[in-house]
Amino acid sequence: MSAALEVAGVSHRFGQRAALSDVSITVERGHFMALLGPNGAGKTTLFSVITRLYNNQEGRVSILGHPLDREPSRALAGLGVVFQARTLDTDLTVAQNLHYHASLHGIGRAAARSRIETLLARVGLAERRDDKIRTLSGGQSRRIEIARSLIHAPRLLLLDEPTVGLDLESRADIVAIVRALVREEGLSVLWATHIFEEISSEDDAVVLHKGRIVARGRAGEIGAPGETLEAAFRRLVAEPDKRAVKSAA
Amino acid sequence: MRSPPNPAVAARAEDGAKTVPHAGRLDAVGYLIALGGIVRRELLRFFHQKERFFSAMVRPLVWLFIFAAGFRNTLGTSIVPPYETYVLYEAYVVPGLAVMIQLFNGMQSSLSMVYDREVGSMKVLLTSPYPRWSLLLAKLIAGVSVSIVQAYAFLAIAWFWETGIPPVGYLAALPAFLASGLMLGAIGLFLSSLVRQLENFASVMNFVIFPMFFASSALYPLWQVRASSEWLYLICQANPFTHAVELVRFALYGRFEPVACAVVVGTGLLFFTLAAIAYDPGRGIMARRGGPAGEAA
Repeated sequence: MSAALEVAGVSHRFGQRAALSDVSITVERGHFMALLGPNGAGKTTLFSVITRLYNNQEGRVSILGHPLDREPSRALAGLGVVFQARTLDTDLTVAQNLHYHASLHGIGRAAARSRIETLLARVGLAERRDDKIRTLSGGQSRRIEIARSLIHAPRLLLLDEPTVGLDLESRADIVAIVRALVREEGLSVLWATHIFEEISSEDDAVVLHKGRIVARGRAGEIGAPGETLEAAFRRLVAEPDKRAVKSAA
Repeated sequence: MRSPPNPAVAARAEDGAKTVPHAGRLDAVGYLIALGGIVRRELLRFFHQKERFFSAMVRPLVWLFIFAAGFRNTLGTSIVPPYETYVLYEAYVVPGLAVMIQLFNGMQSSLSMVYDREVGSMKVLLTSPYPRWSLLLAKLIAGVSVSIVQAYAFLAIAWFWETGIPPVGYLAALPAFLASGLMLGAIGLFLSSLVRQLENFASVMNFVIFPMFFASSALYPLWQVRASSEWLYLICQANPFTHAVELVRFALYGRFEPVACAVVVGTGLLFFTLAAIAYDPGRGIMARRGGPAGEAA
């Protein structure tokens, strides 16, 4: 069976500058994969290539077995995305935002209604259905964005630093919701972050630095014996040129 | 490659892939649902922004109230088609002012896409599984829907100025407004792909909206322009806004103007094609510009 996400040899340039160089990532079905990288590592560029906002200049991207270049509609239909920037209409209500997104995936209002109820219950915001987005806290908006990304029942979820700027409690809520989706519904997740508390040692992880993958493997095994993931990460991104690509897989 | 932590979950992941690959539909019905959703969102946003509605109304009404009243004696208009008698200047400018609303709206809604690009809601739109050109078309139709609501609100107020528009004219003008709105929106959409930041709206005003508006038949019949300058007359004739105004003007009086229609539809198609190319992920602005902060030089 094909992987949920397969990125093979993807490179991307902005003029002279290479934002991604020969990046390969495979997210297996039902797995949670952490994409670690400091600011400017190329995480958002990679997400933009996977979501087809940028053209795939070099290499291959397949979502649930559908090549992005040849079957973009089928590939995007199976993909849910939570972008780094807030993308809800603050003047509209929670339900209006979610109905809009459902329609973007060809889901009519009647079908969307019950799906919205279920998803709002899932993110613990059922009672805020008719409130405007501007009345919600940052953490609540993020939860709505997660509900929104799930409306078309995607099998792969991409989240680009979803917890940035949130307090500890909201952050923990969001991590718990997404982990439950993986555990209970077998969703596949690619989670970009640089917050180590969000990653468990059992997760798959890749470290992106200056547009290259500098380490990959199980999160708990990326570092040297006795080294924490955070320490390993700091070492990896501090001396990018002195060390060969480490593979713990 | 490792197996997922829980075999039951792995089975569910596979089941999910088989049975619910996508809750929506990717066919024409699905696209119509998407189109309906995009139009609905634009109308909801419009009705939430009351100041936008009033400012859209104030501009043409100021022209009608003040400018037309001041000039009615100097610019009394002799008989030109589609009018069958001498008409008051106010009656002459009403169609042009209605299309002016669409001109401003087309530029504004398309430039709001520049803003959408910056805040990210454009990304949400473009991750929809439908072809990109069809999403841009839906966005365009959504903007035109808003402009038609505004144009008819203006016509309702202008009715008090004895414009002599027959009731059937209001109905006949609907397809004309649709065509002119799509053309002006397509021009705006194309411009939005060239404009990097929202602040540049002022230059679009100066270099696009004002020349298009003044060098047209909106405020004066072209024979009057020709009497003073042949060159200006030719410029006005080449201006697609002139044809949008004439298409609407004739339609309001129950007549069809084939040349204007051809120019409006042709110009609309041309600019929409250019915009679709500009927004194509492989060729246009998405590829050339706007790398994320810190990741693009």
